Amino acid sequence: MERIEIQKTYKLYIGGQFPRTESGRYYTLTDKKGKVLANICQGSRKDFRNAVVAARGAFAGWSGRNAYNRSQVLYRIAEMLEGRRSQFEAELILQGETIFAAKKEISLAIDRLVYYAGWCDKYMQVFSSVNPVQSSHFNFSLPEPSGVVAIVAPQESGFAGLISAIAPVIAGGNCCVALASEKKPLSAISFAEVLATSDLPGGVVNILTGNTKELLTHMASHMDVNALVYCGKNKDEIKLARETAANNVKRVFVYDKNWNDPAEQNPYYILDTQEIKTTWHPVENIGTSGAKY
Amino acid sequence: MQQKSPAYDFSHSPVVDQVGIDERVSRLNSRSIKKSSKVAGLKLALNMIDLTTLEGKDTEGKVKQMCYKAMHLHDHLPGLPGVAAVCVYPTMVRTARKALGDSAIKVASVATAFPSGQSTAEIKIADTKFAVSEGADEVDMVISRGAFLTGNYNYVFDEIAAIKEACGNARLKVILETGELSTLDNVRRASEIAMRAGADFIKTSTGKVQPAATPQVTLVMLEAIRDYYFETGIMIGMKPAGGISTAKGALQNLVMVKETLGNAWLNNHWFRFGASSLANDILMQLAKETTGAYQGGDYFSKD
Repeated sequence: MERIEIQKTYKLYIGGQFPRTESGRYYTLTDKKGKVLANICQGSRKDFRNAVVAARGAFAGWSGRNAYNRSQVLYRIAEMLEGRRSQFEAELILQGETIFAAKKEISLAIDRLVYYAGWCDKYMQVFSSVNPVQSSHFNFSLPEPSGVVAIVAPQESGFAGLISAIAPVIAGGNCCVALASEKKPLSAISFAEVLATSDLPGGVVNILTGNTKELLTHMASHMDVNALVYCGKNKDEIKLARETAANNVKRVFVYDKNWNDPAEQNPYYILDTQEIKTTWHPVENIGTSGAKY
Repeated sequence: MQQKSPAYDFSHSPVVDQVGIDERVSRLNSRSIKKSSKVAGLKLALNMIDLTTLEGKDTEGKVKQMCYKAMHLHDHLPGLPGVAAVCVYPTMVRTARKALGDSAIKVASVATAFPSGQSTAEIKIADTKFAVSEGADEVDMVISRGAFLTGNYNYVFDEIAAIKEACGNARLKVILETGELSTLDNVRRASEIAMRAGADFIKTSTGKVQPAATPQVTLVMLEAIRDYYFETGIMIGMKPAGGISTAKGALQNLVMVKETLGNAWLNNHWFRFGASSLANDILMQLAKETTGAYQGGDYFSKD
């Protein structure tokens, strides 16, 4: 008897769970020849709201992890990806990549995760400073995670681009809600399955699928989102994002990059979603011996 | 059921169909309330809140701050109703009374060795009288769950009646602490005892025991109130407390009240929420309806 293949339902990833969109809507993803690949959840503003709640809930725990541990978790994600290469290859090919390009993109994405895993316990030293001041104080400036970051992932690079946008944000101790590429969402959701089995606490990364135009306003206006990363070059959307985000002085970063370029990675992407905190510490009060430093 | 109180035999109080209650709750909770009716519902819920602080670490400063919050929920949003009352320990009643000044917000005080209720009748009565003498408009008492669970229903009845007497003009809310009563049958029975002993309100929980105000428990108590009203014509108030922290949960409660008891109960004289974090969630929803943007906790006062 001929066996009927079991198709995967591509769902959202919110708070470590895989719910369908609360709206019940979907759009059909087709390949170049018009063959149906899958029905994809068309996430709504309420899905986004729920994801922000999950991200906010996870923030204290994730930002409280020590840098070394965050590094291990990111590395673990890379490990899990490596073991599932063939699945991601198949999905990228379904979405129109050549075999060669797909293999290259996956290697690049995995390496990029390892790259940012390495930076977890190093960016702090690089970007911190001890500042000269007039009075007898130690004056430190050091980066702290912003909080919840909304990410509009790049449309063209559905996999490497998504990871390039997410990795620096979570390496710095933030939580994020990412809207996957509308045209290439398959690997985003499969990536969520990797995250769910990678020791990454639920809610640190939330992934939605849907329409950028529809969700961008809500991503930019949400008062509990601290920063917005927009990957793309649509001028109207960038303008809308910047104007709407001004309501709670949310910081907006616009990246229009070729993420499949191996050079497109650096610790300044981590720094973007950090806030610099400066602390004054009286010199006299250090140590009980009364030593003057 | 035909006998008049207090000759009522509590060991024969109605039994509750658990599956039926679950079904009814999920049916009522699936109702969709949007736009202007949502705003009206949220404002009503806000007006029913007993803003509560019942911690060992409560200070006068904390109580004053909460009273300020009760009077100034979110001044950026015009046209908000006030909360119904603040709910504090007896020693904080005077502070709350003074802090609220001449506002319409009432002061409710827990009493009777809250939250365990493990003390003698004399001490519980003295506790109640103290709260009332300090200026409490309402008293929230706890029943003796130990006596109830051993089947000593008359003891529980007499205790409530004695506290009611000690309350004088203050309205009495009787906390059943449903999280310790195990079954819905017991919830129904305790409701019968409280109502017949003179409670003005029946209240689910202290907030110190989980589970607290589940929708199932609330529905059973609302049905007890309804049956008592049909039998005697006396209206009893209802106060779910503990565990209701979202605007959606509050609206679901209002739906249950509307469908079980009707419009007469849909005001803060007959229905209250005991909650500390619910107010902010409702305020955030109302701000969302006004501004269109989802809100963040950073922009609302914590206490």
